Amino acid sequence: MELLSNLALGFGVAFSLQNLAYCFIGVALGTLIGVLPGVGPLVTIAMLFPITFHLPAVPAIIMLAGIFYGAQYGGSTTSILVNLPGETASAVTCIDGYQMARRGRAGPALATAALASFFAGCVGTLLIALAGPTLGEWALRFGAAEYTSLMLMALVASAVMTQGDAVKGLAMVVLGLLIGVVGVDVNSGMARYSFGVPELTDGVGFTVVAVGLFAVAEIVANLESREPREVYTGRLTGLMPTARDLKDAAWPTVRGTAMGACFGVLPGTGPALSSFATYMLEKKIAKDPARFGRGAIEGVAAPEAANNAAAQTAFIPMLTLGIPATATMALMLAALTLQGIATGPQVMHDKPDLFWGLIASMWIGNGLLVILNLPLVGLWVRLLTVPYRWLFPSIILFCCIGNYSVSNNPFDVYLCAVIGVLGYVLVKLECEPAPLLLGYVLGPLLEENLRRALLIARGDPTVFFTRPISAAFMIATVVILVVMVAPAARGMRRGT
Amino acid sequence: VKPDLRNNRDLIAGLLFIVLGGLSVILARDYPFGTTMRMGPGYFPTVLGGILLLFGAYVLLRGLRTGEKVKGEWGWRPLAWITLSIVLFGFLLDRAGMVPATVVTLLVAAAAGREFRFKEVLLLAIVMTAFSVAVFSYGLKLPYPLIGSYY
Repeated sequence: MELLSNLALGFGVAFSLQNLAYCFIGVALGTLIGVLPGVGPLVTIAMLFPITFHLPAVPAIIMLAGIFYGAQYGGSTTSILVNLPGETASAVTCIDGYQMARRGRAGPALATAALASFFAGCVGTLLIALAGPTLGEWALRFGAAEYTSLMLMALVASAVMTQGDAVKGLAMVVLGLLIGVVGVDVNSGMARYSFGVPELTDGVGFTVVAVGLFAVAEIVANLESREPREVYTGRLTGLMPTARDLKDAAWPTVRGTAMGACFGVLPGTGPALSSFATYMLEKKIAKDPARFGRGAIEGVAAPEAANNAAAQTAFIPMLTLGIPATATMALMLAALTLQGIATGPQVMHDKPDLFWGLIASMWIGNGLLVILNLPLVGLWVRLLTVPYRWLFPSIILFCCIGNYSVSNNPFDVYLCAVIGVLGYVLVKLECEPAPLLLGYVLGPLLEENLRRALLIARGDPTVFFTRPISAAFMIATVVILVVMVAPAARGMRRGT
Repeated sequence: VKPDLRNNRDLIAGLLFIVLGGLSVILARDYPFGTTMRMGPGYFPTVLGGILLLFGAYVLLRGLRTGEKVKGEWGWRPLAWITLSIVLFGFLLDRAGMVPATVVTLLVAAAAGREFRFKEVLLLAIVMTAFSVAVFSYGLKLPYPLIGSYY
């Protein structure tokens, strides 16, 4: 069994004292920041990435992954206890989770969310271990044309699937690609869009873009809104769910996991859509749909399982193909690239310790999360009562320090302020920033592959349609675009 | 009826895309375009800028048709304070050191909030500065002087 020996290698890496410690720190920090209301996983990663920057590659990626699923997990605590989700993926958990909390069942709701997420996380990780090598093997046959079409598909899907307007989503992708162009062109050595500024010849740093676009813009948007947030302040009693709760939550968890695992691999859809879809499914098949929205435990278990399974399987395309399916994965990819790791099918052969160590650490991390969350939930709850007027200046400060520490150059801090202004204006104009980030990260790869594909094909663009795998991606892209204009799909996107 | 163009959400978004797309195309004229087979550095950005222009035009026209407004108020005041706090951090860190930069950034950023209680903010600034120094200067050993110039 090759899988077993690989896993043994992975656990060997992940169980080293150093990596175990970084996994723990990542998970704990991720939960800590992710729990804060209005701070989603994206902002958490963007903010904490600089801490991992100076570590060697393997502990860095283990810690980053820990931060990511810790933040994901912390977000669900927030959505149960505060009627304000930190990110779209946990918006659905809000509906029934907050109702459970209001009915004095915050404890069981939190425990259910934790256990459902743990189950989903484990299954998701297993899927990475199983599907990764197969997909990677297949992807080894990809040439430049295939990669170009695949990226095009991922970008179009991410633009179309986000909430909000599809055309604006596409425009945001293009804008992201253009930001990715900034810097020296690798083929010609020519500096593009650098306006004579030496710092810009290296391109725009990804922490700069992510922090400006998500943290700064988000904070200003929060500050201008006047709605007071509702925080559940009652005491937490009776953490453990009853036997009946467990029975009620079991199948929804399994269904949610299955749905989330499928959605997670698809480009652009990710956790948000899967938790929404699985909630709808549970409501449809429930004996008494009226309970939903009034504290149904299925309405917590299923979406939580779905978004965690999706968050986990989203690693598959990122790790094996080097193509991130969501904005969060785009950040992870950018972080890996900065660490000098080229993700793609070769990563499993070149760096088996990294790949399998990461997978093993995900199991450990998911276990750590349950341990961290169930007994310590009181601590996280207390964090929720920290007023926003203390939080946001601190977040801004850490973003500044983080940005500065990556390049040791104040220019990056100034640039972040500029992107923050742009990001805020875009948020107000209801242009989703996630597709922009994805475009920005994939931009250089897309250009490189496009150039190579057309060079090999002697300038004949039909190459994208005559090679079968590439043609399949292109057809999928067209289908996605066509579905986008169908009114039914529009209604579904608006419904989230 | 004359359509109200002020605060028209898609009109502004469309204009923004058109301006950015147009600028990209114009700037990219300085870069060799090449051919489809051998793309120059100007090829990709020119095409992208063109696409952005088209999307912008579509969004702009739609805005004229639907006339949808930007939701809520523009938060220029918090945006200005937050932006200023970030810029000040970059400006002060090199020149005055880590401690002044963090304190000033926190104070200025806090001014973006709806209420500003000076004592509370001062306390927050002291606590967070101590925390940042502990974590970043001692924990992560970032080589920035606590007080004083880099040079």
